[in-house]
Amino acid sequence: MADVLVCVKRVPDFSGEVLLSDDAQSADARYVGHTLSNHDLCAVETAVQLAAATGGSATVLTVGSADAVEQLRTALGVGCTAAVLVEADPVTLGPADVAREVAAVVADHEASRGAAYDLVLLGNDAADSGDFQVGIRLARLLDRPVVTGVQTVTLDGDRVTLVSDVAEGRETYRLPTPAVVTVLEGGVEPRYPTITGRMKAKKIPVEERALSAEPVGSGRVRLRVPAPQSSTSTLLGEGPEAAPAVVDLLQQLGVAR
Amino acid sequence: MIVVYVETVGGVVAEVSLEAVAFARTLAAAGGGIPVDAVVCGPLGDAGPKELAEAGVRTVLHADAGEFDVFSGAAHARAVLAAREQTRAVVLMGGGTNRGNDVMARVATELDVAMAANVVAFEGLSPFTVTRQVVGGAALEEVRLGSRPAVFSVAGHAVEATPAETAGPATLTPLAVTLEPGDLTVRAVSVEAVDTEAAGNLKSARVVVGAGRGAGGPEGFGDALELAELLGGQLGVSRVVTSLGWRPHHEQVGQTGSRISPEVYIPCGISGAIQHWAGCASSKVILAVNTDADAPMMTKATYAVVGDMHEVVPAVNEEIRRRRG
Ligand SMILES: Cc1cc2nc3c(=O)[nH]c(=O)nc-3n(C[C@H](O)[C@H](O)[C@H](O)COP(=O)(O)OP(=O)(O)OC[C@H]3O[C@@H](n4cnc5c(N)ncnc54)[C@H](O)[C@@H]3O)c2cc1C
Repeated sequence: MADVLVCVKRVPDFSGEVLLSDDAQSADARYVGHTLSNHDLCAVETAVQLAAATGGSATVLTVGSADAVEQLRTALGVGCTAAVLVEADPVTLGPADVAREVAAVVADHEASRGAAYDLVLLGNDAADSGDFQVGIRLARLLDRPVVTGVQTVTLDGDRVTLVSDVAEGRETYRLPTPAVVTVLEGGVEPRYPTITGRMKAKKIPVEERALSAEPVGSGRVRLRVPAPQSSTSTLLGEGPEAAPAVVDLLQQLGVAR
Repeated sequence: MIVVYVETVGGVVAEVSLEAVAFARTLAAAGGGIPVDAVVCGPLGDAGPKELAEAGVRTVLHADAGEFDVFSGAAHARAVLAAREQTRAVVLMGGGTNRGNDVMARVATELDVAMAANVVAFEGLSPFTVTRQVVGGAALEEVRLGSRPAVFSVAGHAVEATPAETAGPATLTPLAVTLEPGDLTVRAVSVEAVDTEAAGNLKSARVVVGAGRGAGGPEGFGDALELAELLGGQLGVSRVVTSLGWRPHHEQVGQTGSRISPEVYIPCGISGAIQHWAGCASSKVILAVNTDADAPMMTKATYAVVGDMHEVVPAVNEEIRRRRG
Protein backbone atom coordinates (compact mmCIF):
# COMPACT_ATOMS: atom_id res chain seq x y z
CA MET A 1 0.00 0.00 0.00
CA ALA A 2 1.68 3.18 -1.15
CA ASP A 3 0.74 6.67 -0.06
CA VAL A 4 1.83 9.08 -2.76
CA LEU A 5 1.78 12.87 -2.69
CA VAL A 6 1.86 14.53 -6.10
CA CYS A 7 2.56 18.26 -6.45
CA VAL A 8 1.14 20.24 -9.36
CA LYS A 9 1.16 23.84 -10.54
CA ARG A 10 -1.52 25.88 -12.31
CA VAL A 11 0.16 27.32 -15.41
CA PRO A 12 -1.07 29.41 -18.35
CA ASP A 13 -1.87 27.31 -21.42
CA PHE A 14 0.67 28.80 -23.77
CA SER A 15 0.58 26.69 -26.89
CA GLY A 16 0.67 29.80 -29.05
CA GLU A 17 1.60 33.34 -28.17
CA VAL A 18 2.76 34.44 -24.71
CA LEU A 19 1.24 37.63 -23.27
CA LEU A 20 2.44 39.44 -20.17
CA SER A 21 0.68 41.41 -17.45
CA ASP A 22 1.05 45.21 -17.60
CA ASP A 23 3.64 45.22 -14.80
CA ALA A 24 5.65 42.47 -16.60
CA GLN A 25 5.63 40.42 -13.39
CA SER A 26 3.52 37.54 -14.62
CA ALA A 27 2.10 35.89 -17.69
CA ASP A 28 -1.33 37.07 -18.74
CA ALA A 29 -3.53 34.03 -19.17
CA ARG A 30 -6.82 35.90 -19.66
CA TYR A 31 -7.23 34.69 -23.23
CA VAL A 32 -5.60 31.30 -23.08
CA GLY A 33 -6.80 29.81 -19.80
CA HIS A 34 -4.87 27.56 -17.43
CA THR A 35 -3.70 24.00 -17.42
CA LEU A 36 -1.15 21.61 -15.91
CA SER A 37 2.32 21.13 -17.41
CA ASN A 38 2.85 17.91 -19.34
CA HIS A 39 5.36 16.83 -16.70
CA ASP A 40 2.79 17.42 -13.94
CA LEU A 41 0.14 15.47 -15.86
CA CYS A 42 2.57 12.56 -16.11
CA ALA A 43 3.38 12.84 -12.38
CA VAL A 44 -0.36 12.71 -11.58
CA GLU A 45 -0.83 9.69 -13.85
CA THR A 46 2.12 7.95 -12.19
CA ALA A 47 0.74 8.69 -8.72
CA VAL A 48 -2.69 7.35 -9.65
CA GLN A 49 -1.22 4.18 -11.15
CA LEU A 50 0.99 3.54 -8.10
CA ALA A 51 -1.92 4.09 -5.71
CA ALA A 52 -4.16 1.77 -7.74
CA ALA A 53 -1.51 -0.94 -8.05
CA THR A 54 -0.86 -1.02 -4.31
CA GLY A 55 -4.31 -0.18 -2.94
CA GLY A 56 -2.85 3.02 -1.56
CA SER A 57 -3.65 6.71 -1.86
CA ALA A 58 -2.71 9.56 -4.19
CA THR A 59 -3.00 13.03 -2.69
CA VAL A 60 -2.64 16.00 -5.00
CA LEU A 61 -1.20 19.25 -3.66
CA THR A 62 -0.76 22.70 -5.08
CA VAL A 63 0.68 25.90 -3.69
CA GLY A 64 -1.03 28.77 -5.47
CA SER A 65 -4.10 30.91 -5.97
CA ALA A 66 -7.61 29.82 -4.95
CA ASP A 67 -8.30 29.29 -8.67
CA ALA A 68 -5.84 26.41 -8.67
CA VAL A 69 -8.70 24.32 -7.27
CA GLU A 70 -9.55 23.81 -10.95
CA GLN A 71 -6.25 21.93 -11.45
CA LEU A 72 -6.75 19.95 -8.23
CA ARG A 73 -10.18 18.89 -9.54
CA THR A 74 -8.56 17.74 -12.78
CA ALA A 75 -6.22 15.51 -10.80
CA LEU A 76 -9.08 14.24 -8.61
CA GLY A 77 -11.03 13.57 -11.79
CA VAL A 78 -8.39 11.13 -13.03
CA GLY A 79 -8.12 9.23 -9.76
CA CYS A 80 -6.33 11.20 -7.07
CA THR A 81 -7.99 10.45 -3.75
CA ALA A 82 -7.41 13.64 -1.72
CA ALA A 83 -6.42 17.23 -2.39
CA VAL A 84 -4.62 20.04 -0.57
CA LEU A 85 -4.45 23.70 -1.54
CA VAL A 86 -1.92 25.97 0.13
CA GLU A 87 -3.30 29.35 -0.81
CA ALA A 88 -0.85 32.06 -1.85
CA ASP A 89 -0.35 34.71 -4.49
CA PRO A 90 1.79 32.81 -7.02
CA VAL A 91 3.66 35.96 -8.10
CA THR A 92 5.23 36.22 -4.64
CA LEU A 93 6.51 32.64 -4.60
CA GLY A 94 9.95 31.35 -5.48
CA PRO A 95 11.05 27.70 -5.67
CA ALA A 96 12.32 27.77 -2.08
CA ASP A 97 8.89 28.93 -0.88
CA VAL A 98 7.06 26.17 -2.71
CA ALA A 99 9.47 23.55 -1.41
CA ARG A 100 9.04 24.81 2.16
CA GLU A 101 5.24 24.67 1.91
CA VAL A 102 5.23 21.16 0.48
CA ALA A 103 7.61 20.08 3.24
CA ALA A 104 5.22 21.54 5.83
CA VAL A 105 2.33 19.52 4.40
CA VAL A 106 4.46 16.36 4.38
CA ALA A 107 5.56 16.93 7.98
CA ASP A 108 1.99 17.55 9.19
CA HIS A 109 0.75 14.46 7.39
CA GLU A 110 3.41 12.39 9.06
CA ALA A 111 2.67 13.87 12.48
CA SER A 112 -1.10 13.32 12.22
CA ARG A 113 -1.07 9.87 10.59
CA GLY A 114 2.11 8.54 12.09
CA ALA A 115 3.29 7.48 8.63
CA ALA A 116 5.19 9.24 5.88
CA TYR A 117 4.16 9.53 2.22
CA ASP A 118 6.16 6.76 0.57
CA LEU A 119 6.79 8.95 -2.44
CA VAL A 120 6.47 12.61 -3.24
CA LEU A 121 6.17 13.14 -6.99
CA LEU A 122 6.54 16.47 -8.78
CA GLY A 123 6.76 17.56 -12.40
CA ASN A 124 10.40 17.88 -13.45
CA ASP A 125 10.03 21.58 -14.21
CA ALA A 126 6.99 23.80 -14.62
CA ALA A 127 6.01 24.80 -18.17
CA ASP A 128 5.96 28.49 -17.22
CA SER A 129 8.78 29.22 -14.76
CA GLY A 130 10.99 26.21 -15.54
CA ASP A 131 12.84 26.56 -12.24
CA PHE A 132 13.99 22.96 -12.02
CA GLN A 133 14.59 22.88 -8.28
CA VAL A 134 11.46 22.49 -6.16
CA GLY A 135 11.93 18.71 -5.91
CA ILE A 136 15.57 19.02 -4.94
CA ARG A 137 14.91 21.71 -2.34
CA LEU A 138 12.05 19.65 -0.93
CA ALA A 139 14.18 16.51 -0.67
CA ARG A 140 16.83 18.45 1.23
CA LEU A 141 14.23 19.79 3.69
CA LEU A 142 12.85 16.29 4.20
CA ASP A 143 16.30 14.68 4.21
CA ARG A 144 15.22 12.18 1.56
CA PRO A 145 16.88 11.01 -1.65
CA VAL A 146 15.70 12.64 -4.88
CA VAL A 147 15.98 11.63 -8.52
CA THR A 148 14.98 14.11 -11.23
CA GLY A 149 13.81 13.64 -14.80
CA VAL A 150 12.28 10.20 -14.26
CA GLN A 151 9.90 8.61 -16.77
CA THR A 152 8.72 5.44 -15.11
CA VAL A 153 8.31 4.60 -11.43
CA THR A 154 7.74 1.11 -10.02
CA LEU A 155 7.36 0.24 -6.38
CA ASP A 156 8.39 -3.04 -4.85
CA GLY A 157 7.77 -2.94 -1.11
CA ASP A 158 10.00 -0.26 0.31
CA ARG A 159 12.19 0.01 -2.79
CA VAL A 160 11.44 2.15 -5.80
CA THR A 161 12.83 1.64 -9.30
CA LEU A 162 13.12 4.70 -11.51
CA VAL A 163 13.93 4.77 -15.20
CA SER A 164 14.82 7.80 -17.27
CA ASP A 165 15.85 8.27 -20.87
CA VAL A 166 18.80 10.63 -20.98
CA ALA A 167 21.12 11.66 -23.80
CA GLU A 168 23.61 8.95 -22.75
CA GLY A 169 21.08 6.16 -22.67
CA ARG A 170 18.44 4.64 -20.42
CA GLU A 171 19.34 5.01 -16.75
CA THR A 172 17.88 2.94 -13.94
CA TYR A 173 17.92 4.01 -10.29
CA ARG A 174 16.88 1.94 -7.32
CA LEU A 175 16.33 3.59 -3.96
CA PRO A 176 14.69 3.06 -0.62
CA THR A 177 11.43 4.85 0.13
CA PRO A 178 10.47 7.41 1.30
CA ALA A 179 11.88 9.36 -1.64
CA VAL A 180 11.23 12.38 -3.83
CA VAL A 181 10.97 11.96 -7.60
CA THR A 182 10.51 14.53 -10.34
CA VAL A 183 8.72 13.19 -13.40
CA LEU A 184 9.47 14.04 -17.03
CA GLU A 185 6.90 13.41 -19.75
CA GLY A 186 7.30 10.35 -21.94
CA GLY A 187 6.95 7.33 -19.66
CA VAL A 188 3.21 7.28 -19.07
CA GLU A 189 0.22 8.47 -21.07
CA PRO A 190 -1.93 10.77 -18.91
CA ARG A 191 -5.60 9.77 -18.97
CA TYR A 192 -8.49 12.18 -19.40
CA PRO A 193 -11.12 12.62 -16.69
CA THR A 194 -14.31 10.65 -17.40
CA ILE A 195 -17.73 12.02 -16.51
CA THR A 196 -18.03 9.68 -13.53
CA GLY A 197 -14.49 10.63 -12.55
CA ARG A 198 -15.46 14.29 -12.56
CA MET A 199 -18.63 13.62 -10.57
CA LYS A 200 -16.65 11.73 -7.94
CA ALA A 201 -14.01 14.47 -7.86
CA LYS A 202 -16.63 17.07 -7.01
CA LYS A 203 -17.48 15.25 -3.79
CA ILE A 204 -13.91 15.07 -2.50
CA PRO A 205 -13.23 17.96 -0.10
CA VAL A 206 -10.14 20.10 -0.77
CA GLU A 207 -8.11 20.75 2.38
CA GLU A 208 -7.21 24.42 2.48
CA ARG A 209 -4.12 25.73 4.23
CA ALA A 210 -2.40 29.07 4.61
CA LEU A 211 1.30 29.74 3.97
CA SER A 212 3.52 28.66 6.83
CA ALA A 213 5.99 31.55 6.36
CA GLU A 214 6.49 34.80 4.46
CA PRO A 215 7.64 34.07 0.88
CA VAL A 216 11.23 34.94 -0.06
CA GLY A 217 10.30 35.18 -3.75
CA SER A 218 12.26 34.36 -6.89
CA GLY A 219 14.41 37.44 -7.53
CA ARG A 220 12.34 38.24 -10.60
CA VAL A 221 12.93 41.73 -11.94
CA ARG A 222 10.70 41.51 -15.00
CA LEU A 223 9.48 39.27 -17.81
CA ARG A 224 9.98 39.97 -21.46
CA VAL A 225 8.74 38.41 -24.70
CA PRO A 226 11.16 38.38 -27.65
CA ALA A 227 9.88 40.34 -30.67
CA PRO A 228 8.09 38.10 -33.19
CA GLN A 229 9.64 37.64 -36.61
CA SER A 230 7.54 38.48 -39.64
CA SER A 231 7.02 35.90 -42.36
CA THR A 232 9.80 35.70 -44.91
CA SER A 233 8.95 32.42 -46.59
CA THR A 234 8.26 31.76 -50.25
CA LEU A 235 5.27 29.52 -50.94
CA LEU A 236 6.22 26.72 -53.34
CA GLY A 237 2.69 25.42 -53.73
CA GLU A 238 -0.07 23.39 -52.14
CA GLY A 239 -0.47 19.63 -51.77
CA PRO A 240 1.21 16.94 -53.89
CA GLU A 241 1.09 19.23 -56.95
CA ALA A 242 3.96 21.16 -55.34
CA ALA A 243 6.28 18.15 -55.77
CA PRO A 244 7.93 19.25 -59.07
CA ALA A 245 8.66 22.71 -57.61
CA VAL A 246 10.12 21.09 -54.48
CA VAL A 247 12.39 18.81 -56.51
CA ASP A 248 13.42 21.74 -58.77
CA LEU A 249 14.49 23.58 -55.63
CA LEU A 250 16.32 20.58 -54.17
CA GLN A 251 18.21 20.17 -57.46
CA GLN A 252 19.02 23.86 -57.56
CA LEU A 253 20.41 23.61 -54.03
CA GLY A 254 22.50 20.64 -55.13
CA VAL A 255 21.04 18.12 -52.70
CA ALA A 256 18.99 16.09 -55.20
CA ARG A 257 20.29 14.73 -58.45
CA MET B 1 36.84 32.74 -9.45
CA ILE B 2 34.25 31.13 -11.69
CA VAL B 3 33.70 27.39 -11.51
CA VAL B 4 31.96 25.59 -14.37
CA TYR B 5 30.54 22.10 -13.82
CA VAL B 6 31.49 20.23 -16.98
CA GLU B 7 29.50 17.21 -18.17
CA THR B 8 31.04 14.38 -20.14
CA VAL B 9 29.52 11.66 -22.28
CA GLY B 10 31.80 8.63 -22.51
CA GLY B 11 34.75 10.74 -21.32
CA VAL B 12 34.11 13.39 -23.98
CA VAL B 13 33.27 16.95 -22.91
CA ALA B 14 29.63 17.74 -23.75
CA GLU B 15 28.96 20.55 -26.20
CA VAL B 16 26.64 22.24 -23.70
CA SER B 17 29.52 22.44 -21.21
CA LEU B 18 31.78 24.12 -23.78
CA GLU B 19 28.94 26.60 -24.32
CA ALA B 20 28.80 27.18 -20.56
CA VAL B 21 32.57 27.82 -20.51
CA ALA B 22 32.19 30.29 -23.39
CA PHE B 23 29.49 32.04 -21.35
CA ALA B 24 31.78 32.03 -18.29
CA ARG B 25 34.42 33.88 -20.32
CA THR B 26 32.08 36.82 -20.89
CA LEU B 27 31.45 36.94 -17.14
CA ALA B 28 35.18 36.65 -16.44
CA ALA B 29 35.90 39.55 -18.78
CA ALA B 30 33.22 41.70 -17.14
CA GLY B 31 34.76 40.87 -13.77
CA GLY B 32 38.19 42.09 -14.90
CA GLY B 33 39.65 38.81 -16.09
CA ILE B 34 38.89 36.45 -13.21
CA PRO B 35 39.96 32.87 -13.94
CA VAL B 36 37.58 30.16 -15.08
CA ASP B 37 38.01 26.70 -13.58
CA ALA B 38 36.19 23.52 -14.56
CA VAL B 39 35.01 20.58 -12.46
CA VAL B 40 34.87 17.22 -14.20
CA CYS B 41 33.50 14.13 -12.46
CA GLY B 42 34.37 10.63 -13.61
CA PRO B 43 36.36 9.47 -16.64
CA LEU B 44 37.80 12.19 -18.86
CA GLY B 45 39.44 11.38 -22.21
CA ASP B 46 42.88 12.74 -23.18
CA ALA B 47 41.36 15.40 -25.44
CA GLY B 48 39.31 16.83 -22.57
CA PRO B 49 41.87 19.12 -20.84
CA LYS B 50 43.08 20.52 -24.18
CA GLU B 51 39.56 21.20 -25.35
CA LEU B 52 38.70 22.93 -22.09
CA ALA B 53 41.94 24.96 -22.21
CA GLU B 54 41.06 26.14 -25.71
CA ALA B 55 37.68 27.19 -24.39
CA GLY B 56 39.43 29.34 -21.78
CA VAL B 57 39.63 27.11 -18.70
CA ARG B 58 42.66 27.63 -16.47
CA THR B 59 42.43 24.64 -14.14
CA VAL B 60 40.52 21.41 -14.65
CA LEU B 61 39.59 20.03 -11.24
CA HIS B 62 39.08 16.33 -11.76
CA ALA B 63 37.05 14.19 -9.34
CA ASP B 64 38.15 10.81 -10.61
CA ALA B 65 37.55 8.42 -7.69
CA GLY B 66 35.60 5.24 -8.50
CA GLU B 67 32.45 6.72 -6.95
CA PHE B 68 32.25 9.04 -9.93
CA ASP B 69 32.23 6.37 -12.62
CA VAL B 70 28.44 6.32 -12.53
CA PHE B 71 26.33 9.46 -12.34
CA SER B 72 25.01 10.58 -8.99
CA GLY B 73 23.57 14.07 -8.79
CA ALA B 74 24.38 14.33 -5.09
CA ALA B 75 28.02 13.24 -5.55
CA HIS B 76 28.56 15.59 -8.50
CA ALA B 77 27.11 18.45 -6.47
CA ARG B 78 29.49 17.57 -3.65
CA ALA B 79 32.39 17.88 -6.14
CA VAL B 80 31.24 21.34 -7.23
CA LEU B 81 31.01 22.37 -3.57
CA ALA B 82 34.53 21.05 -2.93
CA ALA B 83 35.79 23.07 -5.90
CA ARG B 84 34.06 26.13 -4.54
CA GLU B 85 35.79 25.70 -1.18
CA GLN B 86 39.14 25.27 -2.87
CA THR B 87 38.85 28.22 -5.26
CA ARG B 88 36.61 30.55 -3.21
CA ALA B 89 34.48 30.89 -6.35
CA VAL B 90 31.86 33.64 -6.51
CA VAL B 91 30.07 32.06 -9.47
CA LEU B 92 29.13 28.38 -9.86
CA MET B 93 27.57 27.39 -13.14
CA GLY B 94 26.76 24.44 -15.39
CA GLY B 95 24.99 23.60 -18.64
CA GLY B 96 21.19 23.75 -18.81
CA THR B 97 20.62 20.04 -19.38
CA ASN B 98 18.50 17.89 -17.07
CA ARG B 99 21.74 16.75 -15.49
CA GLY B 100 23.33 20.20 -15.26
CA ASN B 101 20.18 21.66 -13.74
CA ASP B 102 19.96 18.77 -11.28
CA VAL B 103 23.53 19.26 -10.09
CA MET B 104 23.36 23.06 -9.90
CA ALA B 105 20.03 22.95 -8.05
CA ARG B 106 21.59 20.59 -5.49
CA VAL B 107 24.55 22.95 -5.14
CA ALA B 108 22.29 25.98 -4.61
CA THR B 109 20.13 24.09 -2.13
CA GLU B 110 23.15 22.94 -0.15
CA LEU B 111 24.47 26.54 -0.01
CA ASP B 112 20.97 27.92 0.66
CA VAL B 113 21.17 30.41 -2.20
CA ALA B 114 18.94 30.99 -5.23
CA MET B 115 19.54 29.22 -8.54
CA ALA B 116 18.58 30.44 -11.99
CA ALA B 117 18.01 27.68 -14.55
CA ASN B 118 18.56 28.15 -18.28
CA VAL B 119 20.27 31.52 -18.38
CA VAL B 120 20.82 33.04 -21.83
CA ALA B 121 22.47 36.37 -21.01
CA PHE B 122 24.22 38.20 -18.28
CA GLU B 123 23.01 41.73 -17.56
CA GLY B 124 25.23 43.13 -14.83
CA LEU B 125 27.60 42.34 -11.99
CA SER B 126 26.26 44.46 -9.16
CA PRO B 127 23.57 43.64 -8.60
CA PHE B 128 24.31 40.29 -10.26
CA THR B 129 21.53 40.02 -12.83
CA VAL B 130 20.91 37.42 -15.52
CA THR B 131 18.24 36.77 -18.13
CA ARG B 132 16.84 33.26 -18.33
CA GLN B 133 14.46 31.37 -20.57
CA VAL B 134 11.00 30.72 -19.23
CA VAL B 135 7.95 29.12 -20.87
CA GLY B 136 10.45 26.84 -22.59
CA GLY B 137 12.14 29.80 -24.28
CA ALA B 138 9.02 31.63 -25.46
CA ALA B 139 9.60 34.35 -22.83
CA LEU B 140 12.57 35.71 -20.92
CA GLU B 141 12.89 36.53 -17.24
CA GLU B 142 15.38 38.94 -15.75
CA VAL B 143 16.41 37.74 -12.27
CA ARG B 144 18.62 39.17 -9.61
CA LEU B 145 20.86 36.65 -7.88
CA GLY B 146 21.37 38.49 -4.62
CA SER B 147 23.49 36.08 -2.60
CA ARG B 148 26.99 34.71 -3.16
CA PRO B 149 27.96 32.52 -4.80
CA ALA B 150 25.73 33.12 -7.80
CA VAL B 151 24.50 29.72 -9.00
CA PHE B 152 22.97 29.15 -12.41
CA SER B 153 22.86 27.00 -15.54
CA VAL B 154 23.28 28.19 -19.12
CA ALA B 155 20.51 27.21 -21.54
CA GLY B 156 21.59 24.84 -24.31
CA HIS B 157 22.45 26.65 -27.56
CA ALA B 158 22.12 30.08 -25.88
CA VAL B 159 25.73 30.87 -26.73
CA GLU B 160 28.12 29.33 -29.23
CA ALA B 161 30.94 27.14 -28.00
CA THR B 162 33.62 29.34 -29.57
CA PRO B 163 37.28 28.98 -28.55
CA ALA B 164 38.86 31.64 -26.33
CA GLU B 165 40.94 34.34 -28.07
CA THR B 166 43.82 33.90 -25.68
CA ALA B 167 44.18 30.51 -24.12
CA GLY B 168 47.02 28.90 -22.22
CA PRO B 169 47.34 25.23 -21.34
CA ALA B 170 45.00 24.05 -18.61
CA THR B 171 46.36 22.37 -15.50
CA LEU B 172 44.72 19.06 -14.66
CA THR B 173 44.44 18.80 -10.86
CA PRO B 174 42.86 15.98 -8.91
CA LEU B 175 39.91 17.12 -6.81
CA ALA B 176 39.45 15.42 -3.46
CA VAL B 177 35.77 15.11 -2.59
CA THR B 178 34.41 13.87 0.73
CA LEU B 179 31.05 12.27 0.09
CA GLU B 180 28.32 12.17 2.73
CA PRO B 181 26.75 8.78 3.52
CA GLY B 182 23.54 9.50 1.55
CA ASP B 183 25.24 10.82 -1.57
CA LEU B 184 25.50 7.48 -3.32
CA THR B 185 21.94 6.39 -2.51
CA VAL B 186 20.92 8.22 -5.62
CA ARG B 187 23.05 6.55 -8.20
CA ALA B 188 22.23 4.99 -11.53
CA VAL B 189 22.47 1.21 -11.14
CA SER B 190 22.57 0.61 -14.87
CA VAL B 191 22.87 2.60 -18.05
CA GLU B 192 21.71 1.09 -21.31
CA ALA B 193 23.68 2.78 -24.07
CA VAL B 194 21.98 4.39 -27.05
CA ASP B 195 23.33 4.91 -30.51
CA THR B 196 25.36 8.08 -29.96
CA GLU B 197 26.95 7.75 -33.40
CA ALA B 198 23.53 8.23 -34.95
CA ALA B 199 23.14 11.57 -33.11
CA GLY B 200 26.53 12.60 -34.48
CA ASN B 201 25.37 11.80 -38.02
CA LEU B 202 22.34 14.01 -37.52
CA LYS B 203 24.45 16.97 -36.41
CA SER B 204 26.76 16.74 -39.41
CA ALA B 205 24.17 15.80 -42.06
CA ARG B 206 23.91 17.97 -45.23
CA VAL B 207 20.19 17.27 -45.44
CA VAL B 208 17.80 16.62 -42.57
CA VAL B 209 14.20 15.62 -43.11
CA GLY B 210 12.18 16.51 -40.03
CA ALA B 211 8.96 14.88 -38.88
CA GLY B 212 6.75 15.95 -35.99
CA ARG B 213 3.38 15.12 -34.53
CA GLY B 214 2.00 15.45 -38.06
CA ALA B 215 3.52 12.01 -38.75
CA GLY B 216 0.51 10.73 -36.80
CA GLY B 217 2.10 7.72 -35.12
CA PRO B 218 5.13 5.43 -35.01
CA GLU B 219 4.28 4.09 -38.50
CA GLY B 220 4.03 7.58 -39.98
CA PHE B 221 7.74 8.11 -40.68
CA GLY B 222 8.20 5.87 -43.72
CA ASP B 223 7.92 8.59 -46.36
CA ALA B 224 10.13 11.02 -44.45
CA LEU B 225 12.74 8.29 -43.95
CA GLU B 226 12.60 7.50 -47.64
CA LEU B 227 13.05 11.16 -48.59
CA ALA B 228 16.03 11.37 -46.20
CA GLU B 229 17.52 8.33 -47.89
CA LEU B 230 16.91 9.66 -51.41
CA LEU B 231 18.73 12.87 -50.44
CA GLY B 232 21.52 11.10 -48.55
CA GLY B 233 20.34 12.74 -45.33
CA GLN B 234 19.10 11.92 -41.85
CA LEU B 235 15.75 11.95 -40.07
CA GLY B 236 15.26 14.53 -37.29
CA VAL B 237 12.15 14.71 -35.12
CA SER B 238 10.38 17.02 -32.68
CA ARG B 239 10.14 16.41 -28.96
CA VAL B 240 6.53 15.33 -29.14
CA VAL B 241 7.71 12.43 -31.28
CA THR B 242 10.41 11.29 -28.84
CA SER B 243 8.27 11.80 -25.76
CA LEU B 244 5.48 9.73 -27.26
CA GLY B 245 8.11 7.07 -27.93
CA TRP B 246 7.51 7.11 -31.71
CA ARG B 247 11.23 7.60 -32.42
CA PRO B 248 14.40 7.46 -30.27
CA HIS B 249 15.73 10.49 -28.34
CA HIS B 250 18.93 10.79 -30.38
CA GLU B 251 16.85 11.86 -33.38
CA GLN B 252 15.40 14.87 -31.55
CA VAL B 253 16.20 18.31 -32.87
CA GLY B 254 15.91 21.33 -30.59
CA GLN B 255 16.75 22.92 -27.31
CA THR B 256 16.87 19.59 -25.52
CA GLY B 257 17.95 17.66 -28.60
CA SER B 258 20.60 18.10 -31.28
CA ARG B 259 21.41 21.40 -32.91
CA ILE B 260 21.62 20.89 -36.63
CA SER B 261 23.01 23.12 -39.36
CA PRO B 262 22.41 21.32 -42.66
CA GLU B 263 22.32 22.83 -46.15
CA VAL B 264 18.61 22.01 -46.22
CA TYR B 265 16.20 21.17 -43.41
CA ILE B 266 12.78 19.85 -44.47
CA PRO B 267 10.49 19.91 -41.40
CA CYS B 268 7.22 18.08 -42.12
CA GLY B 269 4.29 18.28 -39.70
CA ILE B 270 6.37 20.26 -37.18
CA SER B 271 4.81 23.42 -35.76
CA GLY B 272 8.12 25.18 -35.18
CA ALA B 273 7.77 25.86 -31.45
CA ILE B 274 10.56 28.05 -30.15
CA GLN B 275 12.31 25.08 -28.51
CA HIS B 276 12.42 23.21 -31.80
CA TRP B 277 13.51 26.32 -33.65
CA ALA B 278 16.45 26.67 -31.22
CA GLY B 279 17.87 23.50 -32.74
CA CYS B 280 17.30 24.16 -36.43
CA ALA B 281 17.67 27.94 -36.81
CA SER B 282 21.18 27.63 -38.21
CA SER B 283 20.04 25.52 -41.17
CA LYS B 284 20.96 27.32 -44.44
CA VAL B 285 17.62 26.69 -46.13
CA ILE B 286 14.41 25.54 -44.46
CA LEU B 287 11.62 24.03 -46.55
CA ALA B 288 8.55 23.48 -44.38
CA VAL B 289 5.62 21.16 -45.14
CA ASN B 290 2.56 21.70 -42.99
CA THR B 291 -1.21 21.61 -43.29
CA ASP B 292 -1.36 24.93 -41.41
CA ALA B 293 0.00 27.84 -43.47
CA ASP B 294 0.20 29.95 -40.31
CA ALA B 295 2.28 27.53 -38.22
CA PRO B 296 5.41 29.32 -36.94
CA MET B 297 7.64 26.94 -38.89
CA MET B 298 5.85 27.90 -42.12
CA THR B 299 6.22 31.63 -41.57
CA LYS B 300 9.88 31.40 -40.51
CA ALA B 301 10.97 28.93 -43.21
CA THR B 302 12.73 29.98 -46.41
CA TYR B 303 10.23 27.95 -48.49
CA ALA B 304 6.86 26.48 -47.60
CA VAL B 305 4.47 23.90 -49.00
CA VAL B 306 0.95 23.86 -47.57
CA GLY B 307 -0.31 20.31 -47.42
CA ASP B 308 -0.56 16.95 -45.73
CA MET B 309 2.90 15.44 -45.32
CA HIS B 310 1.44 12.02 -46.12
CA GLU B 311 0.51 13.33 -49.57
CA VAL B 312 3.32 15.83 -50.25
CA VAL B 313 6.31 13.73 -49.19
CA PRO B 314 5.41 10.60 -51.23
CA ALA B 315 4.79 12.85 -54.25
CA VAL B 316 8.24 14.41 -53.81
CA ASN B 317 9.84 10.96 -53.44
CA GLU B 318 8.04 9.82 -56.57
CA GLU B 319 9.19 12.90 -58.49
CA ILE B 320 12.83 12.35 -57.45
CA ARG B 321 12.68 8.69 -58.54
CA ARG B 322 10.95 9.64 -61.82
CA ARG B 323 13.65 12.19 -62.68
CA ARG B 324 16.37 9.68 -61.88
CA GLY B 325 14.63 7.33 -64.31
C1 LIG C 1 11.68 23.19 -21.74
C2 LIG C 1 11.21 22.67 -23.07
C3 LIG C 1 12.14 22.12 -23.95
C4 LIG C 1 11.72 21.64 -25.21
N1 LIG C 1 12.65 21.13 -26.08
C5 LIG C 1 12.25 20.74 -27.31
C6 LIG C 1 13.18 20.24 -28.28
O1 LIG C 1 14.38 20.09 -28.03
N2 LIG C 1 12.71 19.90 -29.51
C7 LIG C 1 11.39 20.03 -29.86
O2 LIG C 1 11.03 19.72 -31.00
N3 LIG C 1 10.50 20.47 -28.95
C8 LIG C 1 10.89 20.82 -27.69
N4 LIG C 1 9.95 21.24 -26.81
C9 LIG C 1 8.53 21.07 -27.15
C10 LIG C 1 7.98 22.16 -28.04
O3 LIG C 1 7.51 23.22 -27.23
C11 LIG C 1 6.79 21.65 -28.87
O4 LIG C 1 5.84 21.09 -28.01
C12 LIG C 1 7.17 20.60 -29.91
O5 LIG C 1 8.29 21.00 -30.66
C13 LIG C 1 5.99 20.41 -30.82
O6 LIG C 1 6.23 19.34 -31.69
P1 LIG C 1 5.47 19.24 -33.07
O7 LIG C 1 5.71 20.48 -33.82
O8 LIG C 1 5.86 17.94 -33.69
O9 LIG C 1 3.95 19.09 -32.61
P2 LIG C 1 2.75 20.12 -32.66
O10 LIG C 1 3.09 21.38 -31.97
O11 LIG C 1 1.57 19.35 -32.21
O12 LIG C 1 2.62 20.49 -34.18
C14 LIG C 1 2.27 19.60 -35.18
C15 LIG C 1 2.24 20.38 -36.49
O13 LIG C 1 2.00 19.49 -37.54
C16 LIG C 1 0.99 20.01 -38.38
N5 LIG C 1 0.33 18.83 -38.96
C17 LIG C 1 -0.53 17.98 -38.35
N6 LIG C 1 -0.85 16.98 -39.18
C18 LIG C 1 -0.16 17.18 -40.32
C19 LIG C 1 -0.05 16.48 -41.55
N7 LIG C 1 -0.70 15.33 -41.77
N8 LIG C 1 0.76 16.99 -42.50
C20 LIG C 1 1.43 18.14 -42.30
N9 LIG C 1 1.36 18.85 -41.16
C21 LIG C 1 0.59 18.37 -40.18
C22 LIG C 1 0.15 20.89 -37.53
O14 LIG C 1 -0.45 21.91 -38.31
C23 LIG C 1 1.17 21.45 -36.55
O15 LIG C 1 1.75 22.64 -37.03
C24 LIG C 1 10.35 21.71 -25.56
C25 LIG C 1 9.44 22.26 -24.65
C26 LIG C 1 9.84 22.74 -23.43
C27 LIG C 1 8.82 23.33 -22.51
